[in-house]
Amino acid sequence: MKVSLFVTCLTDTFYPRVGQAVVRILEHLGCSVDFPRGQTCCGQPMFNTGYHAEAAALARRMVRVFEKSEHVVTPSGSCCAMIHDYYGELLGDDPRYADRAQRLISKSHEFIQFLVHTLKVDLRELGCRWPNDGSTAPTTYHYSCHLRGIGVSDEAVQLLQQIEGVEYIPLERMDQCCGFGGTFAVKYPEISGAMVEDKVARIAESGARVVVCNDGGCAMNIHGACNRRGVNVQVRHLAEIIAEGLGLMEPLTAEGEVKR
Amino acid sequence: VSKPGTTKPVDLSLRGEEILFPALPYRMQDRVRRAVDDVELMEAVEEATLLKDLGRRRIFADDFGSQYEKLRQLAGRIKQHTLDHLAHYLDQFIDRATEAGVQVHFAGDGEQANAICLEIAQRHSCRTCVKSKSMVTEETHLLPVLQAAGIETFETDLGEFILQIDGDAPSHIVTPMIHKDRRAVARAFERELGARYTEDPEQLTRIARGFLRSKYQEADLGITGANFLVADSGSLVLCTNEGNGRFCTTAPPVHIAFAGIEKLVPTAEHLGVLLKLLARSSTAQPLTIYTQILTGPRRAEEHDGPEEMHIILVDNGRSTILADPQFREALRCIRCGACLNTCPVYRKISGHSYGAVYSGPIGAVITPLLRGLGNYKDLPFASSLCGACYQACPVKIDLPRLLVRLRHRMVTSGKSGLIEKQVFRAYTASMARTWTYRLAGWFQRRFLRWRAGGDGFVHKAPGPMRGWTDVRDLPAPAPRSFRKWWKRHHR
Repeated sequence: MKVSLFVTCLTDTFYPRVGQAVVRILEHLGCSVDFPRGQTCCGQPMFNTGYHAEAAALARRMVRVFEKSEHVVTPSGSCCAMIHDYYGELLGDDPRYADRAQRLISKSHEFIQFLVHTLKVDLRELGCRWPNDGSTAPTTYHYSCHLRGIGVSDEAVQLLQQIEGVEYIPLERMDQCCGFGGTFAVKYPEISGAMVEDKVARIAESGARVVVCNDGGCAMNIHGACNRRGVNVQVRHLAEIIAEGLGLMEPLTAEGEVKR
Repeated sequence: VSKPGTTKPVDLSLRGEEILFPALPYRMQDRVRRAVDDVELMEAVEEATLLKDLGRRRIFADDFGSQYEKLRQLAGRIKQHTLDHLAHYLDQFIDRATEAGVQVHFAGDGEQANAICLEIAQRHSCRTCVKSKSMVTEETHLLPVLQAAGIETFETDLGEFILQIDGDAPSHIVTPMIHKDRRAVARAFERELGARYTEDPEQLTRIARGFLRSKYQEADLGITGANFLVADSGSLVLCTNEGNGRFCTTAPPVHIAFAGIEKLVPTAEHLGVLLKLLARSSTAQPLTIYTQILTGPRRAEEHDGPEEMHIILVDNGRSTILADPQFREALRCIRCGACLNTCPVYRKISGHSYGAVYSGPIGAVITPLLRGLGNYKDLPFASSLCGACYQACPVKIDLPRLLVRLRHRMVTSGKSGLIEKQVFRAYTASMARTWTYRLAGWFQRRFLRWRAGGDGFVHKAPGPMRGWTDVRDLPAPAPRSFRKWWKRHHR
């Protein structure tokens, strides 16, 4: 199966390791992966702030960049939701792009969704084991909001529970927004701060050492807030854990990380 | 019972008036700050909303399972269809209600609605009015008009009654006093009703009940809202849990109902669908305890009910929303409050931060539409667009999409900041070419890594990013981008 990676601007800059993990997993599963070099941003920040003409220009660029792709896979639920929920409205009136936008929508997948529904992956069958020294890592999961829009529910939890060595701990208010919301985080720091404080408190209560979060923006928000409040957890994308568990990537060894 | 000295009194500096009708244009910043700093308030609202939200999810899962999605789709279609043919259903309703003996009035705005109500009350020389809960009368600001005309008016919904005697205002569509604790109620009852101080909810309810009973007996006017209007029978539907709506519509000789024009449903069959959803969505009940379907005033053979029944159909900005295809679906709202209960923003800032009668996600959408986008510029942005509201809405109003459309309208109508516009233009330009994207990424990486502390986080960011680091750290970018890795190691 031929897959094009849409890495997203945040992952490209802040979490390149997530992109690497996605590439390695997909190749491990027999996909041939390419990375269209012209890709930049899906336009979500502009769109959500009301700059729709600007967002449309970037949406058209996305349509062109991925025109030849068979499947487009992205490790970010919110960028995927931007394409699915809003490209139709954004480019619907553009006769040159309306149909092409629909094609992009129908071939775009969020990474976890793609693993579970398209590739029908069972991590137990693949012998996914993490971490590698036989100890277990108490791990919790934040359900990022935009997964709602694209119909993803507990797929990530299913996968987590298939990984040997992961001790999955459900997070209280798992699907309550972490308060990121793009420009919202900067426009309303009081509200956004109170929201992420709530999230951090639930994480601290859970006793987890690892928080899985499959969206770059939410990860930055949760990670930054945990750091500010001295809550010592790793914030990881599920792709990293799977890639490490399948031996496709060296486990992280930096200080404060899970001992292995 | 001794009074605890440590509890924080309610904020009486804001009288009910200003809470819902602040000076315009309204800036929400001050109230937001006060709300998020008020730990007690936040905890009270959070506890109540979480409980309600959980109750709602449970009852739908138990009663409808996977059929719930179909049910709310159907409900959304029913309401949308009615709105798409509203003129027809309004005509039908007016005809049928008139045949049943109701006097139907039409009010273009709140002032007109109040004037019609006052005229009826004065024609009957009414002196005492009992009123059940109605958001549209909050919207038209009815109470001060009646009071000024010497018609003593009593809110009979327990929550609204407490707010009335305490000079406070509702902060939630369904649970108006969600922001108040029982100590505040105890103090208000002691002060205003001369009751003995007690914090026991049962005792407090008893005090209110005793007081209100005598008012029902005295009252010569009953005012209610309307949860639904049924077009093909001309019926008015009222849902209450305390039975106060029933008293208001049976004891007094005159009954006046205020109803937004969007309250229509075509037939009783459609009503059934919406009643199932309303009670479950708002209070996790299969049906509200008192669900009244009123068709006309008292008939000759009946023992109770008003001699005269009036329905005032209130527009007050609704037809503007109706005429706007981008926002029409906002009028599907059946005021269940589920979007407030599930909203993580509402949980933190509470209803009064919205500075209007309607709060929460639906309020953030309809307030700017009803009262002017320029007057409520902050509201469309006070959302993380998490989509919990859309998922909770029993009539499938796509609230995040409507919020984004409002934001877009801000930009196209020149209401957004000039600097912001330039920033977004430049941002977009940098994303429009691969080389500028890479260059911007390079600068961002260099700059943030230079600003970051030894822990790999930026603790204080300059300029527009300051809001971020006011409340949390900013992880610094990785030393090398993904695309660099791809180029070097992959191909």
